Amino acid sequence: MQSPSRHPAGSSDTKHRPSGAVGTYGRGLRTLSLSTVIAIALALGLVFFYAPLEAEQGFLQKIFYVHVPLAIVALCGFVLGGLLAIQHLRTRDPRWDMRSYVVIHMSLIFAIGTLITGSIWAKGSWGHWWVWSEPTLVSFLIIFLLYATYQPLRFAIEDPERQARYASVFAITAGAFVPLNYIAVNLSTAYLHPRVFTSTSNLPGSMAFTLLVSMVAMALLFATLCKYELTAKHTRAQLRALRRRLAGDGVSPPARSRSAVPSLSHVAAPPAQAAGRSAL
Amino acid sequence: MSGVQTPGRPSLTTPPKQAVGLWRTVGALLRKELLVELRTLESVPGMSLFALTTFVVFHFALNRDSVEGDLAAGILWVTLLFAAILGVNRLFVADADQGGYDAFLLAPVDRSAMFLAKTLTLLAFLVVLELVAVPAFALLLLGPPLGPALPGLLATLALGDVGIAVIGTLVAALAVQTRARDLLGPLLALPLFVPIVIGGARAVSPLLVQAHTGGVVEPPIRWLLTLGLYDLVFGLIAYALFDFLLED
Repeated sequence: MQSPSRHPAGSSDTKHRPSGAVGTYGRGLRTLSLSTVIAIALALGLVFFYAPLEAEQGFLQKIFYVHVPLAIVALCGFVLGGLLAIQHLRTRDPRWDMRSYVVIHMSLIFAIGTLITGSIWAKGSWGHWWVWSEPTLVSFLIIFLLYATYQPLRFAIEDPERQARYASVFAITAGAFVPLNYIAVNLSTAYLHPRVFTSTSNLPGSMAFTLLVSMVAMALLFATLCKYELTAKHTRAQLRALRRRLAGDGVSPPARSRSAVPSLSHVAAPPAQAAGRSAL
Repeated sequence: MSGVQTPGRPSLTTPPKQAVGLWRTVGALLRKELLVELRTLESVPGMSLFALTTFVVFHFALNRDSVEGDLAAGILWVTLLFAAILGVNRLFVADADQGGYDAFLLAPVDRSAMFLAKTLTLLAFLVVLELVAVPAFALLLLGPPLGPALPGLLATLALGDVGIAVIGTLVAALAVQTRARDLLGPLLALPLFVPIVIGGARAVSPLLVQAHTGGVVEPPIRWLLTLGLYDLVFGLIAYALFDFLLED
Protein backbone atom coordinates (compact mmCIF):
# COMPACT_ATOMS: atom_id res chain seq x y z
CA MET A 1 0.00 0.00 0.00
CA GLN A 2 1.51 3.23 -1.10
CA SER A 3 1.84 6.00 1.43
CA PRO A 4 0.57 9.38 0.28
CA SER A 5 3.73 11.15 1.44
CA ARG A 6 5.76 9.28 -1.12
CA HIS A 7 4.24 11.31 -3.91
CA PRO A 8 6.41 14.11 -5.22
CA ALA A 9 5.23 17.33 -3.58
CA GLY A 10 5.38 19.59 -6.57
CA SER A 11 2.13 21.46 -6.07
CA SER A 12 1.57 25.15 -5.69
CA ASP A 13 -0.28 25.00 -2.38
CA THR A 14 2.34 23.18 -0.36
CA LYS A 15 2.66 25.88 2.26
CA HIS A 16 -0.76 25.19 3.84
CA ARG A 17 -0.68 21.48 4.18
CA PRO A 18 -0.02 19.84 7.53
CA SER A 19 1.45 16.73 5.91
CA GLY A 20 1.57 14.87 2.64
CA ALA A 21 -1.96 13.77 1.91
CA VAL A 22 -3.78 17.08 1.57
CA GLY A 23 -1.22 18.48 -0.80
CA THR A 24 -1.53 15.39 -2.95
CA TYR A 25 -5.29 15.45 -3.10
CA GLY A 26 -5.61 19.21 -3.42
CA ARG A 27 -3.05 19.41 -6.18
CA GLY A 28 -4.34 20.89 -9.40
CA LEU A 29 -7.66 21.80 -7.86
CA ARG A 30 -7.28 25.47 -8.69
CA THR A 31 -6.41 24.83 -12.34
CA LEU A 32 -9.26 22.37 -12.67
CA SER A 33 -11.76 24.77 -11.08
CA LEU A 34 -10.68 27.65 -13.31
CA SER A 35 -10.85 25.59 -16.48
CA THR A 36 -14.30 24.36 -15.46
CA VAL A 37 -15.54 27.91 -14.97
CA ILE A 38 -14.11 28.96 -18.32
CA ALA A 39 -15.57 25.90 -20.10
CA ILE A 40 -19.02 26.42 -18.60
CA ALA A 41 -18.98 30.14 -19.49
CA LEU A 42 -17.92 29.26 -23.02
CA ALA A 43 -20.58 26.56 -23.32
CA LEU A 44 -23.33 28.87 -22.05
CA GLY A 45 -22.16 31.60 -24.40
CA LEU A 46 -22.33 29.21 -27.33
CA VAL A 47 -25.73 27.88 -26.26
CA PHE A 48 -27.33 31.32 -26.05
CA PHE A 49 -25.52 33.33 -28.72
CA TYR A 50 -24.12 30.90 -31.28
CA ALA A 51 -26.30 27.81 -31.58
CA PRO A 52 -29.29 28.43 -33.88
CA LEU A 53 -32.87 28.21 -32.65
CA GLU A 54 -34.38 24.86 -33.48
CA ALA A 55 -37.19 25.11 -35.99
CA GLU A 56 -39.91 23.18 -34.17
CA GLN A 57 -39.20 23.68 -30.47
CA GLY A 58 -37.54 27.10 -30.54
CA PHE A 59 -35.90 28.33 -27.37
CA LEU A 60 -37.02 25.32 -25.37
CA GLN A 61 -34.65 23.08 -27.31
CA LYS A 62 -31.70 24.82 -25.58
CA ILE A 63 -32.24 22.58 -22.57
CA PHE A 64 -30.87 19.85 -24.84
CA TYR A 65 -27.38 21.26 -24.21
CA VAL A 66 -27.77 20.66 -20.49
CA HIS A 67 -29.85 17.49 -20.49
CA VAL A 68 -27.79 15.40 -22.90
CA PRO A 69 -24.35 16.20 -21.38
CA LEU A 70 -25.76 15.58 -17.90
CA ALA A 71 -27.11 12.22 -19.02
CA ILE A 72 -23.93 11.13 -20.78
CA VAL A 73 -21.64 12.27 -17.95
CA ALA A 74 -23.81 10.54 -15.36
CA LEU A 75 -23.86 7.30 -17.37
CA CYS A 76 -20.09 7.39 -17.82
CA GLY A 77 -19.72 8.21 -14.13
CA PHE A 78 -21.69 5.14 -13.09
CA VAL A 79 -19.58 2.93 -15.34
CA LEU A 80 -16.42 4.64 -14.05
CA GLY A 81 -17.56 3.95 -10.48
CA GLY A 82 -17.73 0.26 -11.42
CA LEU A 83 -14.24 0.33 -12.93
CA LEU A 84 -12.83 2.01 -9.82
CA ALA A 85 -14.54 -0.65 -7.73
CA ILE A 86 -12.81 -3.36 -9.79
CA GLN A 87 -9.55 -1.64 -8.96
CA HIS A 88 -10.53 -1.66 -5.29
CA LEU A 89 -11.27 -5.37 -5.28
CA ARG A 90 -7.95 -6.05 -7.01
CA THR A 91 -5.72 -3.91 -4.80
CA ARG A 92 -7.75 -3.73 -1.55
CA ASP A 93 -6.67 -0.13 -1.22
CA PRO A 94 -9.47 1.81 0.53
CA ARG A 95 -8.66 4.86 -1.54
CA TRP A 96 -10.08 3.20 -4.64
CA ASP A 97 -13.27 2.52 -2.72
CA MET A 98 -13.37 6.17 -1.72
CA ARG A 99 -12.97 7.22 -5.36
CA SER A 100 -15.67 4.82 -6.46
CA TYR A 101 -17.95 6.13 -3.72
CA VAL A 102 -17.38 9.77 -4.68
CA VAL A 103 -17.86 9.14 -8.40
CA ILE A 104 -21.11 7.22 -7.82
CA HIS A 105 -22.33 9.84 -5.39
CA MET A 106 -21.70 12.60 -7.92
CA SER A 107 -23.23 10.59 -10.78
CA LEU A 108 -26.35 10.10 -8.70
CA ILE A 109 -26.66 13.87 -8.35
CA PHE A 110 -26.12 14.28 -12.09
CA ALA A 111 -28.75 11.59 -12.72
CA ILE A 112 -31.25 13.55 -10.65
CA GLY A 113 -30.33 16.57 -12.77
CA THR A 114 -30.96 14.50 -15.91
CA LEU A 115 -34.37 13.42 -14.64
CA ILE A 116 -35.36 16.98 -13.76
CA THR A 117 -34.16 18.58 -17.01
CA GLY A 118 -35.70 15.75 -19.04
CA SER A 119 -38.96 16.21 -17.20
CA ILE A 120 -38.96 19.94 -17.91
CA TRP A 121 -38.23 19.29 -21.56
CA ALA A 122 -41.01 16.72 -21.78
CA LYS A 123 -43.45 19.13 -20.17
CA GLY A 124 -42.41 21.88 -22.56
CA SER A 125 -42.63 19.88 -25.74
CA TRP A 126 -45.40 17.37 -25.05
CA GLY A 127 -47.26 18.89 -22.12
CA HIS A 128 -46.55 15.98 -19.76
CA TRP A 129 -44.04 15.88 -16.94
CA TRP A 130 -43.36 12.23 -17.62
CA VAL A 131 -43.33 10.30 -20.91
CA TRP A 132 -42.69 6.57 -21.04
CA SER A 133 -41.75 6.73 -24.69
CA GLU A 134 -38.50 8.55 -23.99
CA PRO A 135 -35.93 5.81 -23.27
CA THR A 136 -33.32 8.11 -21.72
CA LEU A 137 -35.73 9.29 -19.05
CA VAL A 138 -37.10 5.84 -18.33
CA SER A 139 -33.72 4.15 -18.08
CA PHE A 140 -32.47 6.96 -15.86
CA LEU A 141 -35.37 6.40 -13.53
CA ILE A 142 -34.51 2.70 -13.25
CA ILE A 143 -30.81 3.45 -12.78
CA PHE A 144 -31.64 6.10 -10.21
CA LEU A 145 -33.81 3.62 -8.30
CA LEU A 146 -30.99 1.08 -8.30
CA TYR A 147 -28.27 3.49 -7.20
CA ALA A 148 -30.54 4.99 -4.57
CA THR A 149 -29.90 1.77 -2.62
CA TYR A 150 -26.11 2.23 -2.73
CA GLN A 151 -25.93 4.46 0.33
CA PRO A 152 -28.44 2.42 2.38
CA LEU A 153 -26.43 -0.71 1.54
CA ARG A 154 -23.23 0.89 2.80
CA PHE A 155 -24.99 2.26 5.85
CA ALA A 156 -26.34 -1.17 6.77
CA ILE A 157 -22.88 -2.77 6.99
CA GLU A 158 -20.87 -1.75 10.03
CA ASP A 159 -17.48 -3.34 9.44
CA PRO A 160 -15.61 -0.83 7.22
CA GLU A 161 -13.66 -3.48 5.32
CA ARG A 162 -16.75 -5.52 4.52
CA GLN A 163 -18.67 -2.36 3.70
CA ALA A 164 -16.04 -1.39 1.14
CA ARG A 165 -15.97 -4.88 -0.37
CA TYR A 166 -19.74 -5.24 -0.64
CA ALA A 167 -20.11 -1.72 -1.98
CA SER A 168 -17.57 -2.55 -4.68
CA VAL A 169 -19.47 -5.68 -5.67
CA PHE A 170 -22.61 -3.57 -5.92
CA ALA A 171 -20.81 -0.86 -7.89
CA ILE A 172 -19.47 -3.34 -10.45
CA THR A 173 -22.83 -5.09 -10.88
CA ALA A 174 -24.67 -1.81 -11.19
CA GLY A 175 -22.02 -0.35 -13.48
CA ALA A 176 -22.52 -3.26 -15.87
CA PHE A 177 -26.28 -2.95 -15.48
CA VAL A 178 -26.30 0.68 -16.64
CA PRO A 179 -25.56 0.07 -20.34
CA LEU A 180 -27.54 -3.21 -20.41
CA ASN A 181 -30.58 -1.52 -18.94
CA TYR A 182 -30.23 1.35 -21.39
CA ILE A 183 -30.21 -1.12 -24.30
CA ALA A 184 -33.21 -3.04 -22.94
CA VAL A 185 -35.28 0.09 -22.38
CA ASN A 186 -34.30 1.39 -25.81
CA LEU A 187 -35.39 -1.88 -27.41
CA SER A 188 -38.71 -1.73 -25.62
CA THR A 189 -39.57 1.70 -26.96
CA ALA A 190 -37.75 1.88 -30.27
CA TYR A 191 -40.18 -0.27 -32.18
CA LEU A 192 -43.30 1.25 -30.72
CA HIS A 193 -42.73 4.97 -31.04
CA PRO A 194 -40.73 6.96 -33.53
CA ARG A 195 -37.89 8.84 -31.86
CA VAL A 196 -38.92 12.42 -31.30
CA PHE A 197 -35.61 13.90 -30.25
CA THR A 198 -33.03 14.45 -32.92
CA SER A 199 -30.18 12.05 -32.57
CA THR A 200 -26.70 13.49 -32.52
CA SER A 201 -25.75 12.10 -35.90
CA ASN A 202 -27.95 14.40 -37.93
CA LEU A 203 -27.34 17.62 -36.03
CA PRO A 204 -26.25 20.70 -37.95
CA GLY A 205 -22.59 21.57 -37.41
CA SER A 206 -23.10 24.55 -35.12
CA MET A 207 -25.39 22.58 -32.83
CA ALA A 208 -23.04 19.62 -32.73
CA PHE A 209 -20.14 21.91 -31.85
CA THR A 210 -22.14 23.57 -29.06
CA LEU A 211 -23.13 20.15 -27.75
CA LEU A 212 -19.51 19.03 -27.79
CA VAL A 213 -18.37 22.08 -25.82
CA SER A 214 -21.23 21.61 -23.34
CA MET A 215 -20.21 17.99 -22.94
CA VAL A 216 -16.60 18.95 -22.18
CA ALA A 217 -17.78 21.59 -19.73
CA MET A 218 -20.06 19.11 -17.97
CA ALA A 219 -17.30 16.49 -17.78
CA LEU A 220 -14.95 19.10 -16.30
CA LEU A 221 -17.61 20.09 -13.77
CA PHE A 222 -18.01 16.45 -12.81
CA ALA A 223 -14.25 16.01 -12.39
CA THR A 224 -13.92 19.19 -10.35
CA LEU A 225 -16.78 18.31 -8.00
CA CYS A 226 -15.40 14.81 -7.51
CA LYS A 227 -11.97 16.21 -6.76
CA TYR A 228 -13.40 18.70 -4.26
CA GLU A 229 -15.30 15.97 -2.47
CA LEU A 230 -12.29 13.67 -2.41
CA THR A 231 -10.05 16.43 -1.08
CA ALA A 232 -12.61 17.36 1.56
CA LYS A 233 -12.98 13.76 2.68
CA HIS A 234 -9.25 13.18 2.89
CA THR A 235 -8.68 16.46 4.69
CA ARG A 236 -11.37 15.69 7.21
CA ALA A 237 -9.99 12.22 7.85
CA GLN A 238 -6.54 13.65 8.36
CA LEU A 239 -7.81 16.43 10.61
CA ARG A 240 -9.47 13.88 12.84
CA ALA A 241 -6.35 11.79 12.99
CA LEU A 242 -4.30 14.83 13.97
CA ARG A 243 -6.86 15.95 16.58
CA ARG A 244 -6.84 12.51 18.09
CA ARG A 245 -3.08 12.55 18.27
CA LEU A 246 -3.23 15.98 19.92
CA ALA A 247 -5.58 14.55 22.54
CA GLY A 248 -3.09 11.77 23.20
CA ASP A 249 -5.50 9.09 22.05
CA GLY A 250 -3.30 7.74 19.37
CA VAL A 251 -3.20 4.14 20.42
CA SER A 252 -6.68 2.97 21.24
CA PRO A 253 -8.81 2.66 18.11
CA PRO A 254 -11.93 4.78 18.60
CA ALA A 255 -15.40 3.40 18.24
CA ARG A 256 -16.41 4.14 14.68
CA SER A 257 -19.82 5.65 14.36
CA ARG A 258 -22.08 4.16 11.72
CA SER A 259 -21.46 5.77 8.40
CA ALA A 260 -22.03 5.17 4.72
CA VAL A 261 -18.82 7.02 3.89
CA PRO A 262 -15.79 4.84 3.15
CA SER A 263 -13.23 4.60 5.91
CA LEU A 264 -9.76 5.85 5.16
CA SER A 265 -8.20 4.65 8.36
CA HIS A 266 -5.19 3.20 6.54
CA VAL A 267 -4.57 6.32 4.58
CA ALA A 268 -5.49 9.19 6.84
CA ALA A 269 -2.98 8.56 9.58
CA PRO A 270 0.29 10.38 8.95
CA PRO A 271 3.21 7.96 8.63
CA ALA A 272 4.71 8.98 11.98
CA GLN A 273 1.87 7.43 13.93
CA ALA A 274 1.00 4.53 11.75
CA ALA A 275 0.42 2.46 14.87
CA GLY A 276 -2.40 4.72 16.03
CA ARG A 277 -5.21 3.71 13.73
CA SER A 278 -7.71 6.43 13.14
CA ALA A 279 -11.15 6.19 11.72
CA LEU A 280 -13.21 8.54 9.68
CA MET B 1 -10.44 -14.34 9.44
CA SER B 2 -10.58 -10.73 8.28
CA GLY B 3 -7.79 -9.85 10.68
CA VAL B 4 -5.26 -11.25 8.25
CA GLN B 5 -4.62 -8.34 5.93
CA THR B 6 -2.82 -9.33 2.80
CA PRO B 7 -2.11 -6.59 0.29
CA GLY B 8 -2.33 -8.91 -2.68
CA ARG B 9 -5.00 -11.06 -4.25
CA PRO B 10 -7.59 -12.83 -2.11
CA SER B 11 -6.28 -16.16 -3.28
CA LEU B 12 -3.36 -15.81 -0.88
CA THR B 13 -5.60 -16.49 2.07
CA THR B 14 -7.76 -19.12 0.46
CA PRO B 15 -7.00 -22.76 1.09
CA PRO B 16 -5.43 -24.80 -1.69
CA LYS B 17 -8.11 -25.32 -4.27
CA GLN B 18 -9.33 -28.34 -6.12
CA ALA B 19 -8.94 -30.62 -3.15
CA VAL B 20 -12.48 -31.66 -4.01
CA GLY B 21 -13.80 -31.31 -7.53
CA LEU B 22 -15.99 -28.29 -8.24
CA TRP B 23 -19.00 -30.19 -9.46
CA ARG B 24 -18.83 -32.69 -6.62
CA THR B 25 -18.95 -29.77 -4.21
CA VAL B 26 -21.82 -28.22 -6.12
CA GLY B 27 -23.65 -31.52 -6.02
CA ALA B 28 -23.15 -31.91 -2.29
CA LEU B 29 -24.26 -28.34 -1.59
CA LEU B 30 -27.26 -28.67 -3.87
CA ARG B 31 -28.26 -31.88 -2.16
CA LYS B 32 -27.97 -30.18 1.22
CA GLU B 33 -30.07 -27.20 0.09
CA LEU B 34 -32.82 -29.39 -1.34
CA LEU B 35 -32.81 -31.61 1.74
CA VAL B 36 -33.11 -28.61 4.01
CA GLU B 37 -35.97 -27.29 1.90
CA LEU B 38 -37.71 -30.67 1.87
CA ARG B 39 -37.43 -30.99 5.64
CA THR B 40 -38.31 -27.44 6.63
CA LEU B 41 -40.53 -26.45 3.68
CA GLU B 42 -39.63 -22.86 4.32
CA SER B 43 -39.46 -21.32 0.85
CA VAL B 44 -41.32 -23.08 -1.96
CA PRO B 45 -44.74 -23.57 -0.32
CA GLY B 46 -44.67 -19.95 0.80
CA MET B 47 -43.73 -18.75 -2.66
CA SER B 48 -46.47 -20.81 -4.33
CA LEU B 49 -49.11 -19.74 -1.86
CA PHE B 50 -48.05 -16.14 -2.31
CA ALA B 51 -48.45 -16.46 -6.09
CA LEU B 52 -51.95 -17.94 -5.74
CA THR B 53 -53.00 -15.21 -3.33
CA THR B 54 -51.61 -12.57 -5.66
CA PHE B 55 -53.79 -13.88 -8.50
CA VAL B 56 -56.83 -13.53 -6.27
CA VAL B 57 -55.75 -10.02 -5.33
CA PHE B 58 -55.32 -9.14 -9.01
CA HIS B 59 -58.81 -10.44 -9.76
CA PHE B 60 -60.33 -8.06 -7.25
CA ALA B 61 -57.93 -5.17 -7.83
CA LEU B 62 -58.58 -5.16 -11.58
CA ASN B 63 -62.20 -6.29 -11.31
CA ARG B 64 -61.65 -8.73 -14.18
CA ASP B 65 -62.70 -12.34 -14.48
CA SER B 66 -60.23 -13.08 -17.25
CA VAL B 67 -57.24 -11.32 -18.72
CA GLU B 68 -55.29 -11.62 -21.96
CA GLY B 69 -52.41 -10.12 -23.94
CA ASP B 70 -50.30 -7.44 -22.26
CA LEU B 71 -52.30 -7.53 -19.06
CA ALA B 72 -52.00 -11.30 -18.71
CA ALA B 73 -48.26 -11.25 -19.37
CA GLY B 74 -47.81 -8.42 -16.89
CA ILE B 75 -49.78 -10.12 -14.13
CA LEU B 76 -47.93 -13.38 -14.62
CA TRP B 77 -44.49 -11.78 -14.52
CA VAL B 78 -45.19 -9.45 -11.62
CA THR B 79 -46.57 -12.34 -9.58
CA LEU B 80 -43.66 -14.65 -10.37
CA LEU B 81 -41.17 -11.89 -9.65
CA PHE B 82 -42.60 -11.01 -6.25
CA ALA B 83 -42.89 -14.66 -5.33
CA ALA B 84 -39.27 -15.13 -6.42
CA ILE B 85 -38.22 -12.27 -4.17
CA LEU B 86 -39.63 -14.17 -1.20
CA GLY B 87 -37.31 -17.04 -2.06
CA VAL B 88 -34.37 -14.68 -2.70
CA ASN B 89 -34.80 -13.14 0.73
CA ARG B 90 -34.58 -16.51 2.43
CA LEU B 91 -31.84 -18.01 0.29
CA PHE B 92 -28.85 -17.32 2.57
CA VAL B 93 -30.55 -16.63 5.88
CA ALA B 94 -29.93 -20.08 7.34
CA ASP B 95 -26.29 -20.06 6.23
CA ALA B 96 -25.62 -16.63 7.69
CA ASP B 97 -27.44 -17.22 10.97
CA GLN B 98 -26.53 -20.81 11.72
CA GLY B 99 -22.91 -20.95 10.67
CA GLY B 100 -23.26 -22.54 7.24
CA TYR B 101 -20.99 -19.87 5.83
CA ASP B 102 -18.22 -20.58 8.33
CA ALA B 103 -18.42 -24.29 7.74
CA PHE B 104 -18.24 -23.76 4.00
CA LEU B 105 -15.27 -21.39 4.30
CA LEU B 106 -13.39 -23.90 6.43
CA ALA B 107 -13.81 -26.61 3.82
CA PRO B 108 -11.04 -26.91 1.23
CA VAL B 109 -13.33 -26.33 -1.73
CA ASP B 110 -13.71 -23.81 -4.51
CA ARG B 111 -15.89 -20.95 -3.37
CA SER B 112 -17.63 -20.63 -6.72
CA ALA B 113 -19.34 -23.89 -5.80
CA MET B 114 -21.49 -21.95 -3.35
CA PHE B 115 -22.64 -19.59 -6.09
CA LEU B 116 -23.43 -22.40 -8.52
CA ALA B 117 -25.24 -24.45 -5.89
CA LYS B 118 -27.32 -21.52 -4.66
CA THR B 119 -28.22 -20.48 -8.20
CA LEU B 120 -29.32 -24.01 -9.04
CA THR B 121 -31.30 -24.16 -5.79
CA LEU B 122 -33.11 -20.94 -6.58
CA LEU B 123 -33.68 -22.17 -10.13
CA ALA B 124 -35.25 -25.36 -8.77
CA PHE B 125 -37.46 -23.33 -6.43
CA LEU B 126 -38.59 -21.18 -9.35
CA VAL B 127 -39.41 -24.21 -11.50
CA VAL B 128 -41.55 -25.71 -8.73
CA LEU B 129 -43.18 -22.34 -8.16
CA GLU B 130 -44.09 -22.13 -11.84
CA LEU B 131 -45.41 -25.69 -11.88
CA VAL B 132 -48.00 -24.42 -9.40
CA ALA B 133 -48.43 -20.83 -10.50
CA VAL B 134 -48.79 -21.21 -14.27
CA PRO B 135 -51.63 -23.80 -14.19
CA ALA B 136 -53.29 -21.80 -11.44
CA PHE B 137 -53.00 -18.67 -13.56
CA ALA B 138 -54.54 -20.46 -16.55
CA LEU B 139 -57.33 -21.73 -14.34
CA LEU B 140 -58.11 -18.56 -12.43
CA LEU B 141 -57.40 -15.60 -14.66
CA LEU B 142 -56.23 -16.42 -18.18
CA GLY B 143 -58.85 -15.91 -20.90
CA PRO B 144 -57.25 -17.57 -23.96
CA PRO B 145 -56.35 -21.27 -23.81
CA LEU B 146 -52.91 -22.06 -22.46
CA GLY B 147 -52.17 -24.97 -24.81
CA PRO B 148 -50.96 -23.20 -27.98
CA ALA B 149 -48.94 -20.70 -25.96
CA LEU B 150 -47.28 -23.31 -23.77
CA PRO B 151 -44.02 -24.03 -25.68
CA GLY B 152 -43.22 -20.35 -26.13
CA LEU B 153 -44.24 -19.59 -22.56
CA LEU B 154 -42.00 -22.34 -21.21
CA ALA B 155 -39.02 -21.13 -23.25
CA THR B 156 -39.50 -17.56 -22.03
CA LEU B 157 -40.00 -18.64 -18.44
CA ALA B 158 -36.87 -20.78 -18.55
CA LEU B 159 -34.74 -17.88 -19.78
CA GLY B 160 -36.34 -15.52 -17.27
CA ASP B 161 -35.79 -18.00 -14.44
CA VAL B 162 -32.09 -18.25 -15.17
CA GLY B 163 -31.78 -14.48 -14.97
CA ILE B 164 -33.82 -14.27 -11.78
CA ALA B 165 -31.78 -17.07 -10.21
CA VAL B 166 -28.42 -15.52 -11.09
CA ILE B 167 -29.29 -11.99 -10.02
CA GLY B 168 -31.28 -13.22 -7.04
CA THR B 169 -28.32 -15.23 -5.73
CA LEU B 170 -25.92 -12.31 -6.03
CA VAL B 171 -28.35 -9.88 -4.43
CA ALA B 172 -29.24 -12.31 -1.65
CA ALA B 173 -25.58 -12.78 -0.79
CA LEU B 174 -25.08 -9.03 -0.87
CA ALA B 175 -28.05 -8.28 1.36
CA VAL B 176 -27.86 -11.10 3.88
CA GLN B 177 -24.89 -9.71 5.79
CA THR B 178 -26.48 -6.29 6.25
CA ARG B 179 -28.71 -5.23 9.06
CA ALA B 180 -31.70 -4.29 6.92
CA ARG B 181 -31.58 -7.42 4.77
CA ASP B 182 -35.34 -7.88 4.39
CA LEU B 183 -35.57 -4.38 3.03
CA LEU B 184 -32.38 -4.18 1.00
CA GLY B 185 -32.85 -7.47 -0.85
CA PRO B 186 -35.99 -6.48 -2.75
CA LEU B 187 -34.80 -2.91 -3.20
CA LEU B 188 -31.59 -4.11 -4.85
CA ALA B 189 -33.22 -6.90 -6.83
CA LEU B 190 -36.21 -5.15 -8.40
CA PRO B 191 -34.35 -2.62 -10.58
CA LEU B 192 -32.00 -5.38 -11.73
CA PHE B 193 -35.04 -7.49 -12.67
CA VAL B 194 -36.54 -4.75 -14.85
CA PRO B 195 -34.84 -5.87 -18.09
CA ILE B 196 -36.08 -9.41 -17.41
CA VAL B 197 -39.61 -8.11 -17.06
CA ILE B 198 -39.22 -6.08 -20.24
CA GLY B 199 -38.01 -9.09 -22.21
CA GLY B 200 -40.29 -11.61 -20.52
CA ALA B 201 -43.50 -9.65 -20.74
CA ARG B 202 -42.87 -8.56 -24.33
CA ALA B 203 -42.16 -12.14 -25.35
CA VAL B 204 -45.18 -13.61 -23.58
CA SER B 205 -47.87 -11.04 -24.33
CA PRO B 206 -48.37 -11.95 -28.03
CA LEU B 207 -48.76 -15.59 -26.96
CA LEU B 208 -51.63 -14.89 -24.63
CA VAL B 209 -53.99 -13.31 -27.13
CA GLN B 210 -57.48 -14.59 -27.81
CA ALA B 211 -57.03 -14.56 -31.59
CA HIS B 212 -54.58 -17.47 -31.52
CA THR B 213 -56.80 -20.50 -31.26
CA GLY B 214 -55.26 -23.04 -33.60
CA GLY B 215 -51.65 -24.19 -33.74
CA VAL B 216 -48.61 -23.37 -31.68
CA VAL B 217 -47.62 -19.71 -31.36
CA GLU B 218 -44.00 -18.65 -31.59
CA PRO B 219 -42.66 -16.09 -29.17
CA PRO B 220 -40.78 -13.12 -30.63
CA ILE B 221 -37.19 -14.34 -31.03
CA ARG B 222 -35.78 -10.86 -30.45
CA TRP B 223 -36.96 -10.80 -26.85
CA LEU B 224 -35.76 -14.32 -26.16
CA LEU B 225 -32.33 -13.28 -27.43
CA THR B 226 -32.40 -10.21 -25.21
CA LEU B 227 -33.24 -12.35 -22.21
CA GLY B 228 -30.55 -14.86 -23.07
CA LEU B 229 -27.92 -12.17 -23.46
CA TYR B 230 -28.89 -10.58 -20.16
CA ASP B 231 -28.68 -13.96 -18.42
CA LEU B 232 -25.27 -14.60 -19.91
CA VAL B 233 -23.79 -11.22 -18.98
CA PHE B 234 -25.13 -11.25 -15.45
CA GLY B 235 -24.18 -14.88 -15.02
CA LEU B 236 -20.57 -14.03 -15.79
CA ILE B 237 -20.62 -10.92 -13.57
CA ALA B 238 -22.17 -12.73 -10.64
CA TYR B 239 -19.83 -15.69 -11.02
CA ALA B 240 -16.82 -13.38 -11.02
CA LEU B 241 -17.95 -11.26 -8.09
CA PHE B 242 -19.47 -13.81 -5.79
CA ASP B 243 -16.16 -14.89 -4.24
CA PHE B 244 -15.63 -11.40 -2.85
CA LEU B 245 -18.80 -11.68 -0.78
CA LEU B 246 -17.57 -14.82 0.97
CA GLU B 247 -14.39 -13.66 2.58
CA ASP B 248 -14.99 -13.43 6.28
